[in-house]
Order: sequence, then C-alpha cells, then structure tokens
Amino acid sequence: MIEAAILYAFACLALALALNLWRLLKGPTTGDRIVALDTMVINTIALIVLFGIAFESQIYFEAALLLAMVGFIGTVAYCKFMLRGDIVE
Amino acid sequence: MSAQHLVEAICALLLVIGASFALIGSWGLVRLPTLMERLHGPTKATTLGLGGMLLGSMLFFQLSRGTWSAHELLISLFLFLTAPVAANLIAKVHLHRLRASENPEAVSAAGMPPPVPGDADWATYEAPHPGTPAATSEADPSPADRPKR
Repeated sequence: MIEAAILYAFACLALALALNLWRLLKGPTTGDRIVALDTMVINTIALIVLFGIAFESQIYFEAALLLAMVGFIGTVAYCKFMLRGDIVE
Repeated sequence: MSAQHLVEAICALLLVIGASFALIGSWGLVRLPTLMERLHGPTKATTLGLGGMLLGSMLFFQLSRGTWSAHELLISLFLFLTAPVAANLIAKVHLHRLRASENPEAVSAAGMPPPVPGDADWATYEAPHPGTPAATSEADPSPADRPKR
C-alpha cells in the first residue's frame, strides 16, 4: 500500500515540477518567476523527503532542511534585489 | 485489521493527500490569471501538501524504525514560518513593479490596492523617510538615481 502511495506521490511531484517549470519559462513578470522558483524549491524538498521514505533513510532530511533554508534565503534575496536594487544595504 | 496496517494506511493516505495538494498548488500557479492570484496556489496548497507529506514521513519512521525523528518537525516549522514571509515579499515586488510601470496591465480581480493612508507606509510605496539611519539611500535621497553597484 505504501509503495503505491510513494509512486503516486513521485508522479504528482514530477508533474508539479513540470508545471512550475512552465511558469518559470513563460511567466510574464519577474514576480512570476520568483514564485515559480520558490515553488520548485518547496516541491524539491517534498521530493527529497519522499526519497527518504522510499529508501528508509533519515540522511535525506538534512538535505531537505538545508534546502529549505537556502531556498528561502534565495527568494528573499531576489525579492530584495527587485525592490531595492541591492541585497545588503 | 491490525494496528500496524492501520498506521501504514494512514501514512499512505497522508502521502497521497500531500502530493495531491502539491500538484494542485502548481496547477494553480499555471492556471490563475494574475500574479496576485497565482501567489495563492504555492503559498497555501503547496505548503499544506508538504506539511501532509512530512506528517506521513514522521508516521512512517515511527512505524518502520520505532523512533521519532525531529527533522520533519524542524522542516515544517521552518517552512510554515518562511512561506508567508516569502509570499509577502513577492507581493511587494509585484506592487513595486506596478507602481514603477507607467500603464500597468490588468492588475487583478480586486483591482489596484487602495492608496496608502496618511503617514502609514507600505515600504514599497514610499522612499525611505529622510533621516532614516542604516540605509544606503541616506547618501542619495532618491532611490531611482542610485548608482548600480
């Protein structure tokens, strides 16, 4: 049962990443691209957690935690740059 | 049905629900017409989906290893703290761009945000107040003319 759920979740996340990529490439404004990148990071965290479940290994969670932090900082830095023309004032 | 099977079923259900919500969030990102509406998909549905998957993961490791892992709690706490902040900043970028452009295209169903009342400040709608410390704009009062570094 849980194997089927993991497969379904992998398929859903792959599709979600493809949709995000479409928005990232198409997105008319910079804001759309930032949203798309942010969502891609969150989906990637979900993918890593799923890998951890599929392989029954807890090592993957360190990577997920790191990615959560780096992704948030990247989003904030990009937004800050768009707002102020500078990241660290 | 034994307790083991029940826990496994709940875990699988949480995984399925979480992945579905992540997919719905991305579908909203593609489908919705303007940026302000597009923000709803990723910030709500995707965050909820990841929360569901993390809960499922916690249950799974409790089931298979018999140990609690705090990593999922840390990840979900961090994510639930940061997602609104990121969304707020992206909305600010959008408002900033609307203000900067001469004739903004279709804004959103809700229309333009109301003007800033009185002394209040939406951060993107005003230049920093004169005399604001610890800002590079102190040296150069108009942000538009600031030299790019």
